[in-house]
Amino acid sequence: MENQEAKVLPSFELVKEVEAKSGQPVGRCYQCKKCTGGCPMSFAFDLFAHQIVRYVQLGLKEPLLKSKSIWICACCKTCKSRCPNGIDISALNDTLKAMALKESAGAAEGKVAAFHDAFVSSVERYGRVHEAGMLARYKLKTKTYTQDMSLGIEFIKRRKLKLLPEKVRQLREIKQIFQRAKEKSQ
Amino acid sequence: MKFTYYPGCSLHSTAEEYNLSNQAVFRALDIELEELNDWNCCGATSAHSTNEFLSHALPLRNLVLAERQGNDVVVPCAACYNLLRNADHHVRFGGEKGESLNAEIEAVMGSRYRGEIAVRHIVDVLTEPEVLKKLESKIKKPLEGLKLAAYYGCLLTRPPKVVSFEENPEQPCKLDLLIEKVGADSVRWSYKTDCCGGSLSISQPELVIKLTQTIVEAARYAGAEAIVCACPLCQANLDTRQHEAGGGPGGSTLPVLYITEVLGLALGLPGSEQWFRKHLIDPAPLLKSLDLLPAS
Repeated sequence: MENQEAKVLPSFELVKEVEAKSGQPVGRCYQCKKCTGGCPMSFAFDLFAHQIVRYVQLGLKEPLLKSKSIWICACCKTCKSRCPNGIDISALNDTLKAMALKESAGAAEGKVAAFHDAFVSSVERYGRVHEAGMLARYKLKTKTYTQDMSLGIEFIKRRKLKLLPEKVRQLREIKQIFQRAKEKSQ
Repeated sequence: MKFTYYPGCSLHSTAEEYNLSNQAVFRALDIELEELNDWNCCGATSAHSTNEFLSHALPLRNLVLAERQGNDVVVPCAACYNLLRNADHHVRFGGEKGESLNAEIEAVMGSRYRGEIAVRHIVDVLTEPEVLKKLESKIKKPLEGLKLAAYYGCLLTRPPKVVSFEENPEQPCKLDLLIEKVGADSVRWSYKTDCCGGSLSISQPELVIKLTQTIVEAARYAGAEAIVCACPLCQANLDTRQHEAGGGPGGSTLPVLYITEVLGLALGLPGSEQWFRKHLIDPAPLLKSLDLLPAS
């Protein structure tokens, strides 16, 4: 029987789309693997950094949007600093995360998405992050009530968590920034 | 010397001791800090992970406010510093995209960012030759015998073209320089710039525990008795996740100090007790054993 996989040909549509959205010159990558060599999260990745770039080049959209790696990238920019072609893989991952959420693939690591959502919501509401409120929202969303409980108690004992939020006076400006951000992502 | 000070959200809550020690050290060095009026959150990792416009516009609002206030901005948090620098770079060198971002912020705030100020990290300011000279002249208690590992983390030096104030971002040396200036020993080690996973600390703790464990073990192996950092996220992460990683031999843990806490001790500034009480791993026993704690 003929090998079906051998018929898969590279598609250049994804690379064009991701290059435009992320501003990263994905086409330049020649797979030297320096990114993966320095990546502190490699031990937990389902797709290595160099594979993410290669998959984009080949148009393998589905495994990319379902990948855990795009969510657990620590965004430390070691890959970008060392890439001889100036490709920022964490910026690719940001683009792929947005695509995964939009194209109903959802987040392969839902807790990471829930955290970002809780964080950004706090900024939208007050202009600054209210850590206690942000954590409460995250825990409600993920139902991880017991996780880090003892740590939370230590923080409260040391008065490291403020109960009341701080607010920006010109909240109108923050709301407008968020409004524009939403319009652009539509 | 006068700067506009952008504390960032952490320094008003979980990293209050960093805020207090910064204020104390800069005052002692006769550098005036004026907090940025009505500053907002920089958006951190969560903004750039969810919306590109947000990740540029939030820090840019702070830059416009800072320009109105007139002085260069000094930032203590590595993540805030990184994002503010990134927004500044985007407007200066981002061509059409940078221009359109600036136009949007003008529509919101009534003024645009002209790029007439600079964004600097506190370590960059503290290692200026004249500041170092002043620091040296004011040392009351050299921290002799204290072995420290300088930990830079990721966002102080990466990506180098946009943010680094170090000559060699793969081998940064300015934190080490400050440690040596106050008489402590800065150990040589290989994990200076490895990421601690700060942005995933809440959502992926088991991965972050692994990263912090590697960093702390490397520091211990190099002979360090404590780790020194210049970022509230690095500090929180290394300070809170060591117990879960089981600690070192016999469950031992390494205290994680802010650079300005270290300088504050050497300058003999009051208030250090208040700073150290905020740490989960209490640095006081180590400092006491070397007779470095101020008499209370």
